[in-house]
Amino acid sequence: MGLAGFEVEIERSRNGGGVVTEDMTLNMGPQHPSTHGVLRFVVRADGEVMKSAVPDVGYLHRSIEKIAEKVGWHGFIPYTDRVDYVAAMFCNHGWAMAAEKLAGIEVPKRAEYCRVIADELCRLHSHLLSVGSMAMDIGAFTPFTHAIREREYLNDLFEELCGARLTFHYMRIGGVGWDLPPGWAEKVLAFLDRFEAMIDEYNRLISYNKIFVERLANVAVITAAEAIDYNLVGPNLRGSGVRYDVRKDDPYSVYPELDFEVPVGRGEMGTLGDSFDRYIVRMEEMKQSCRIIRQALRQIPKGPVIAKVPRNFKPPAGDCYVRLESARGDMGWYVVSDGTAFPHRCKIRTGSFSGISIIEHVSRDLMIADLVAVIASLDLVAPEIDR
Amino acid sequence: MPLDAARIHARLAERFGDAVSAPAGQGRDAWLEVRPERIADVAVFLRDEPDLAFDCLSNLSGVDYPKQGHIQVVYHLFSYRHRHWIVLKVNALRDDPVVPTVSGVWSHANWQERECFDLLGVRFTGHPDLRRLLMPEDWPGHPLRKDFVEPQEYHGISTSRESLLKV
Repeated sequence: MGLAGFEVEIERSRNGGGVVTEDMTLNMGPQHPSTHGVLRFVVRADGEVMKSAVPDVGYLHRSIEKIAEKVGWHGFIPYTDRVDYVAAMFCNHGWAMAAEKLAGIEVPKRAEYCRVIADELCRLHSHLLSVGSMAMDIGAFTPFTHAIREREYLNDLFEELCGARLTFHYMRIGGVGWDLPPGWAEKVLAFLDRFEAMIDEYNRLISYNKIFVERLANVAVITAAEAIDYNLVGPNLRGSGVRYDVRKDDPYSVYPELDFEVPVGRGEMGTLGDSFDRYIVRMEEMKQSCRIIRQALRQIPKGPVIAKVPRNFKPPAGDCYVRLESARGDMGWYVVSDGTAFPHRCKIRTGSFSGISIIEHVSRDLMIADLVAVIASLDLVAPEIDR
Repeated sequence: MPLDAARIHARLAERFGDAVSAPAGQGRDAWLEVRPERIADVAVFLRDEPDLAFDCLSNLSGVDYPKQGHIQVVYHLFSYRHRHWIVLKVNALRDDPVVPTVSGVWSHANWQERECFDLLGVRFTGHPDLRRLLMPEDWPGHPLRKDFVEPQEYHGISTSRESLLKV
């Protein structure tokens, strides 16, 4: 496979009349405003229609899995923030869950509630960026400014909670770093009151806008069987009509105590599993997240927020695989301990990784401009692919 | 109906005999060891038998065990139909790790095996496109191997720098 770069590959084919057509090889990225990070596509196109779009990744590879083997169990938590810096809470949470499972640590109830509240706020944080930048990629700039404005309030809430606005380093093995600050819960509720109305406004502004719908409906249809075969997860999987959510079907933390629904794609604007379904699932999930946060703030018990965990943490030898529902879906952590102060191996399987691997399959016969919509609808975040 | 590891092993033993070991480990992390040369057949069997129906490869990881002299490829399989799990482990020789591909069984395996090849040097025979995925094409060695030594420079770019703190 020639991935060398800018050369124009000329493939000559003759039909009966002797007309010669040329396939164009285009290089999209690595620096491209719609690629949500640094990634590259090698597009073979016949005019405006793509014959293939082959992703080339690795530009953001930082060997995070190798770093895990060098820095020890506690020391790795800030690095997990960088796995997916658009939804860092989930990476904190996944690593903590894996370490706790290996060492058999029971997390205090209050800490679990703090985690769920932080996770769901982070889901809003991530989905806002996803749907906002999706509208922008398609050519509507105003919705992006709306989404970023709401996200700014969330940043303030996170800053008050843990001191950081993006890479949170909030969770610890055995619990969370800090309890909810005084008066913070009221601020979250005030934000939710405002934000739930904003979701409706957002739907009026863009979701059912005719041009927006036309750009997404029936584009890059992924069937349920294909989605499972490529291990698509989260909103990408549910967009294809598969009602599966780790929070519901393989529950962890305190999710069994909380009441919420799992929205799935219905093909309401076109075919089930098209780009619009993946988009609208995220919009509906944000409403559910608000519902979860309200319940969690009501039910949160008093008590400690971290279990006793030795500073020199050495979980017994063994391996475990934990999963949690991140903003981009089922995120898997395979962690091997050899009983020492350093993990033997940490493999992170992320939603964007499987999302990008299906692009070559779904991009055939799409227009070049649709590739941008497909990337956005799969909510690909490059650092999470490359780690 | 979800099956546990012992039942899944019993189904595999009928067909593959001692190529699949008895289950070890607890609950969700219960695993079976499979001989490398049989893994592709085992994968097809697990996917296609209606009572097993493992339609999803959830994760594929490579782990280097230098003391034991092997590189282990770990497959986490999940069935959306029956909602059950099984973990398969394959030990390949560290000096020449060769494992048949399962990319024809689950499409997700294509990229996962490319990553495993890239970072650990496992050659998946029969893979349609076994190129490096994350590292540059001309990178020396496989970084997740325990004895990997980071090169001092890459195309004239130093990979280390002097400490700014003078002690």
